[in-house]
Amino acid sequence: MNMKQAFKKVMAVSMAAAFAVISLAACSKSSSSSSDEIVIGGLAPLTGSVSLYGKATTNGAQLAFKEINAAGGINGKQIKYVVLDEKGDAQEAITAYNRLRDQEKMVALLGDVTSTPSLAVAQRAVQDNIPMLTPTSTDAQVTLTGDNVFRICFIDPDQGTTMAKYASEKLGAKTAAIISNASDTYSVGLTKAFTEEAEALGLTITASETYGKDDKDFKSQLTKIQQTNPDVLYCPDYYETDILILSQAKEVGLNIPILGGDGWDGILNVTEEGNPQEADGVYFTNHFSESDTSEKVQNFIAAYKEEYDEDPVSFSALGYDAAYMLAEAIKNANSTDSDAITSALQSISYEGVTGSISFDENGDPIKPILIIKVDGGEYTVADKMEIER
Amino acid sequence: MTYFITQFINGLQIGAIYALIALGYTMVYGIIKLINFAHGDLMMVGAYIAFFALSNWGLPIYLAAAVSMVGTAILGVVIDRIAYKPLRDASRLSALITAIAVSLLLQNACMLLFSSSPRRFPTVTANLPTISIGNSTVNVIVFISIALAIALMIILNLFVNKTRIGKAMLAVSEDMRAAQLMGINVDFIVSLTFAIGSALAAFAAVLYLFSYPQIEPYMGAMPGIKAFIAAVLGGIGIIPGAMVGGFLLGIIESMAKAYIPSAFSQVTDAVVFLVLILVLLIKPSGLMGKPEKVKV
Repeated sequence: MNMKQAFKKVMAVSMAAAFAVISLAACSKSSSSSSDEIVIGGLAPLTGSVSLYGKATTNGAQLAFKEINAAGGINGKQIKYVVLDEKGDAQEAITAYNRLRDQEKMVALLGDVTSTPSLAVAQRAVQDNIPMLTPTSTDAQVTLTGDNVFRICFIDPDQGTTMAKYASEKLGAKTAAIISNASDTYSVGLTKAFTEEAEALGLTITASETYGKDDKDFKSQLTKIQQTNPDVLYCPDYYETDILILSQAKEVGLNIPILGGDGWDGILNVTEEGNPQEADGVYFTNHFSESDTSEKVQNFIAAYKEEYDEDPVSFSALGYDAAYMLAEAIKNANSTDSDAITSALQSISYEGVTGSISFDENGDPIKPILIIKVDGGEYTVADKMEIER
Repeated sequence: MTYFITQFINGLQIGAIYALIALGYTMVYGIIKLINFAHGDLMMVGAYIAFFALSNWGLPIYLAAAVSMVGTAILGVVIDRIAYKPLRDASRLSALITAIAVSLLLQNACMLLFSSSPRRFPTVTANLPTISIGNSTVNVIVFISIALAIALMIILNLFVNKTRIGKAMLAVSEDMRAAQLMGINVDFIVSLTFAIGSALAAFAAVLYLFSYPQIEPYMGAMPGIKAFIAAVLGGIGIIPGAMVGGFLLGIIESMAKAYIPSAFSQVTDAVVFLVLILVLLIKPSGLMGKPEKVKV
């Protein structure tokens, strides 16, 4: 079976090489962008296990750019938003990034969506000095890569610490157990922050179990956790895995509140047909909620529904805010020069649908964090917590 | 103690699934000495068929399982006829490489047809009672899964040892040429072996989906690899060996997850592969295998 994996790698590399040749061949034919257009590159997983995030994010960004272009663009220039699919894979993301840089001549990058490919791409963006604004990568390392890397969403440690605080202060938990994905930077990051904050607040961590990338069987770990009788279970992973953990937790008789990060957003899309109450009792930290009544949010929701005939999720809202902030920065810079855009982003202050956003010295946002509770098969806002960093 | 029993039952359940898949590996290997690396992906196809039978055609679960077994069996036979049969007299390496190609073909074809987004298999456990063991609970579906798997294995054993066709199968695995000279239709036996192995994989898929209700094109890879290890552990080519190996591997895996301290819990997956290495080092012919005589 090792042969099989090795073979897959060889296949992947040779396929990548073949694509590289094809895109090089295509390169000579593609017209360079005309000067009355500003090209913004986009990277997102449009297929694969996290495609729901990728589609939602690019939908949000596309809607924003459409609105901006309809209102006259940036200083008279129209925005051309070119999104490439990276299937949630770091290798594919690099290939797509190279194409956006060489072929499309992007002035700024909006992306990537999940943390692992974003980390890979951020290094390239810093080398090439291309301003990069990721709407949704929550791994702390992404913006530390360089000064020209920014993000709209709060970072992994913020989610972990805030949830630990919420569990202790608002849910009255005395003990907590953790189940996390050891091969995913997002899951590991949230776990670390949650553990540290929980211990600082006097919570006892009764068990901290892990699993691997392709695992579907969590019953042994959950049985082990169940034996330690915790008050809450912290489970920071993406919804496709979360739903499996949720159903297996019930199967082994573990009926306690399950807490998570923004990866849980979308859980109601994968619950069993006709049974959205399956996810009741789940709390997770998030960026945006549809139940927010502010005019800006409601206008966004209405526009999004009209454009795509579906409800926006956090990722759509973050994509939307990211697109507006990039456009605003380019407008403020009055130039498509990389350094000018970067410094415009550093001093920006923007009122978006995910709250009022400005950047700290690392390029991380200063904004509030929402605690969402799934109740009666719907997302409800349980609380709004200020980030303490 | 109740903790041990619960974990043991967890192990039996996943072990039953490994055993059913391992049977397909072992039977095919026994007959044509081919490690059919596409076998895990046949399980994945079986899962998709069961899913569509259940959600799109509205069949009850037992009929959906039957449709899935028949469909996957046909696919298994077709794959053998198209991909493996022309290579019957070629070197074993060529056939092995073809098996890897078939595996990739199945995965990518399913990704193209059904997209790589996972689908949710409807819960069949919702109205079933749970049984309390100490302070843990085990859903009845776990016992049903184990019982069904064992029943199927008993039927298979009876079929192979008691019926004429079953005995012909054993004869072919013993010596294909001699069996042919004795008037056994070898091509038919090989097709039958693929059909049975594939149907067992489809059945394993349905049992798998009872507890892990998610379907995606790569879902067969990991169970496929682990079932292969189970087949090697029991002695590849030996039918009872695959059953014992499957259950044993499931229990080893579950116990590793249960008793390795949390701080080291990342290594649990490695334990399964460690089993493979140990078997190959200590007893390459497997637990139930006899050392192969080298004919001069």
